[in-house]
Amino acid sequence: MSSTISLSGPPIVEVAELTRAFGSRRAVAGVTFSLAPGDCLALFGPNGAGKTTLLRVLAGLLRPTSGTARISGVELPGGALARSCVGLISHHTMLYEALSPRENVAFAAGLYGVRDARARVEDSLRRMSMLDRSDAPVRSLSRGMQQRVSIARAMVHSPQVVLADEPYSGLDESGARSLTALLGELRSSGTAIIIVTHNLAEGLSLSTYAAVMQRGRFVRYDARDGIDPRSYAATYREAVASSG
Amino acid sequence: MADTLFAAWLIARKDLAIEFRTRSAFLSAVVFSLLGLVIFYYSWDPTAVAVTDLAPGVLWIVFTFSGLLGLHRSFGVEAADHAIDGLLASPVSREAIFLGKAIANLIFVVAVQLIAIPALMLFYNLPVGDIAGPLIAIALLAAIGLVAVGTLFSAMAVNTRLAELLLPMLALPFFLPIVIAASQATAKLLSGRPITEAGAWLKLLLAFDLVFVAACMLTYPFTIED
Repeated sequence: MSSTISLSGPPIVEVAELTRAFGSRRAVAGVTFSLAPGDCLALFGPNGAGKTTLLRVLAGLLRPTSGTARISGVELPGGALARSCVGLISHHTMLYEALSPRENVAFAAGLYGVRDARARVEDSLRRMSMLDRSDAPVRSLSRGMQQRVSIARAMVHSPQVVLADEPYSGLDESGARSLTALLGELRSSGTAIIIVTHNLAEGLSLSTYAAVMQRGRFVRYDARDGIDPRSYAATYREAVASSG
Repeated sequence: MADTLFAAWLIARKDLAIEFRTRSAFLSAVVFSLLGLVIFYYSWDPTAVAVTDLAPGVLWIVFTFSGLLGLHRSFGVEAADHAIDGLLASPVSREAIFLGKAIANLIFVVAVQLIAIPALMLFYNLPVGDIAGPLIAIALLAAIGLVAVGTLFSAMAVNTRLAELLLPMLALPFFLPIVIAASQATAKLLSGRPITEAGAWLKLLLAFDLVFVAACMLTYPFTIED
């Protein structure tokens, strides 16, 4: 099943019948949705459902096999212009462990051509409460602290679209609170967010839309307002159970 | 173009900063080079082979294999915790990534050469004075070719299970023409022949560099596409 929700305002993320196959296996199979600035899609589903593959296509790391995906009107893979609009957070930190948090975030700022980079780097680290440890090598930080730095790295260029693949992984309560506050702020400032998580309450609290993905397809796609958390939890459990 | 060069420099600077902090590959390459020179020195019969015949081969064998240590590390640092995804998701061009990696590798190889060439001259008691300039030119030209090919294959091999084995298997056949041209040109210089006699080999090295740098830069984006 694929679902399309019509949104007010021009969509910043447009995905139409998107399919991504690896050989004969379709990891993403005919997914359709769109998000306007300030929208947040919470994406749930069992392991192997295709959530990460969908995010990797939207980040420009994988080519669609068929269908289309657009970020800010640019069809993917759309080169530098589309990639510059996206901030990617993953359960992999994507950091260089020999460098400090400040150097990692400054490197990302340089790649994205951020103006006033020094101030932006400081601000990103401060928002994730990492200024105190900003000059220690990343390898000396705990997993949760590394995840905070990774989030600061993804936000340094003020992306229009944030793709967050299990961003709470490894974060302690304080880190999770900082991230939730940051994602809330980003939404208010017009950033569209797609968040992949296994935590229904966390995902639903942030989202304007929610989807359950199974075997590459959206088996549910709903506006948050119309969701009854209990029945949604049942659908999710069913999807996880049927995936084996 | 300016954007590509700036991004390439950022990436090269980052790689060099990582190497400067860890010094793992550089120290390994320098120790390997010096040990190689010493082993060849003591396994050599000076009554059977003249030093000027032996030294060029020793030099380029040692450079080829010590260079591989640095080239393997080049994309190895990107594989740890999927840092390469952060790089590929950024707006920099694929060519800038290749160029940045190649610049860092070139500086790495040249730094190893800066230690290994004087060591070779010292161990093998070779004349330096007149041939220093042309020898530096040969070393630089050969390093550019080795680095272009090595950077490409490092990117291809990094995600395989046997990356450390696969990189030399892929790269060495392509290193061959560069190593042959460099060792032949070095042999001409060390045997006291006029620089013009090495001219043909230098031109060949230059041609290999132009072809390999262009071909590797154009091919690199395909090695990282899914």
